[in-house]
Amino acid sequence: MPSLKSLRVRINSVKSTQKITKAMKMVAASKLRRAQEAAEQARPYSARMERMLASLASGLAGADDAPRLMVGTGRDETHLLIVATGERGLCGGFNSSIARAARRKAQELLGQGKTVKILAVGRKGRDNLKRDLSRLIIGDFDFSKVKRISFVEAAEIAERVQAMFAAGEFDVATIFYNRFVSVISQVVTEQQLIPAKLPELSEQPDLGGAIYEFEPDETEILEKLLPRNLAVQVYRALLENSASEQGARMSAMDNATRNAGEMINKLTLVYNRTRQAAITKELIEIISGAEAL
Amino acid sequence: MADKVTFELVSPERLLLSVQAEMVVVPGEEGDFAVLAGHQPLISTLRPGSIDVYTEGDKISSRIFVAGGFAEVSLDRLTVLAEEARRFEEIDRAKLPAQIEAAKAGVDEAGSDELKLAAAEEKLAYLQHIAETTTVS
Repeated sequence: MPSLKSLRVRINSVKSTQKITKAMKMVAASKLRRAQEAAEQARPYSARMERMLASLASGLAGADDAPRLMVGTGRDETHLLIVATGERGLCGGFNSSIARAARRKAQELLGQGKTVKILAVGRKGRDNLKRDLSRLIIGDFDFSKVKRISFVEAAEIAERVQAMFAAGEFDVATIFYNRFVSVISQVVTEQQLIPAKLPELSEQPDLGGAIYEFEPDETEILEKLLPRNLAVQVYRALLENSASEQGARMSAMDNATRNAGEMINKLTLVYNRTRQAAITKELIEIISGAEAL
Repeated sequence: MADKVTFELVSPERLLLSVQAEMVVVPGEEGDFAVLAGHQPLISTLRPGSIDVYTEGDKISSRIFVAGGFAEVSLDRLTVLAEEARRFEEIDRAKLPAQIEAAKAGVDEAGSDELKLAAAEEKLAYLQHIAETTTVS
């Protein structure tokens, strides 16, 4: 039977842990709101870029001089996996689920005899993958000092990827991130970046019978548009990721707070019972002492 | 009153501007072009320069500097995708010379790296354009 004092100490420590998890949950909730806003505001750009790409690509399908970012190198030997995770832990299975998906993909590709290179974005994913795949990691980005993910970070990643592609260091690039569905549900998503999967035109914009004129010409525009599109895709993945991370943290901290509450209840019960037992014991001692007289 | 064209300026981070305008002059890669309602559908790349918005009559109601980007015209809308855009009023002229110097250093630094050189040159052209336009007016 633990002593009363040790029980009291434990209850207090669980209580202060609960305070921390509760505070973290609140912080995550407000950060989540901001992340969602950022994702919301980034939507017009990517939507319009998609529409532009779609109308460009429809006029260019199957052309020989299509940019390489779109058609790829024609090979499928070296794969680049961009694994985007968070910088911090304490967010449930957020980081490990991305790392797990990336690891599975890497092993599958290795099993097929392909070469795999990993670019880790975020400290947590890098640390996780380092354990068994450290020889595959060719670089990483650490954004732990960046407060809010902005387009600058995405452009930085895209530039690096593009430079590597230009140098022929890989054939196919895929990014792994968590797509935000709701606070309690985030889905690990892998998206192919290079060769670019061009969006299908969902609805032909109404041009009143006219067709697009291109200035300079399609290929040249596409050549400029595709690198931007790469950055936009990365940016979107990062935004989704940061919203997911906060969502995951929020529900993880919510669970932790609830568990701490349960623990406090249990400990308080034991504490009261012990206290009662001690009182009873003392009473018995007094009574039997009196009887012995 | 003539029909108006919907002009939208979008950056990756947010929708910067959405207005009804009579005419918008855009710095296209192969020369400036003005967009009025009913313009031929067009997709063009932009060079660093300024977008002039005429909401009413022939007075420029707002002027925005862009460092390249893309413009899409379809019927009565004009969408400009720009990564870097600054309003005329937001320009701090005192800081410009230093920024231009920094951009020049960037061009020198880029050396033979084609990608970097292009980006640095674009930035320099953008800043120089801003400097020229703001000192004249």
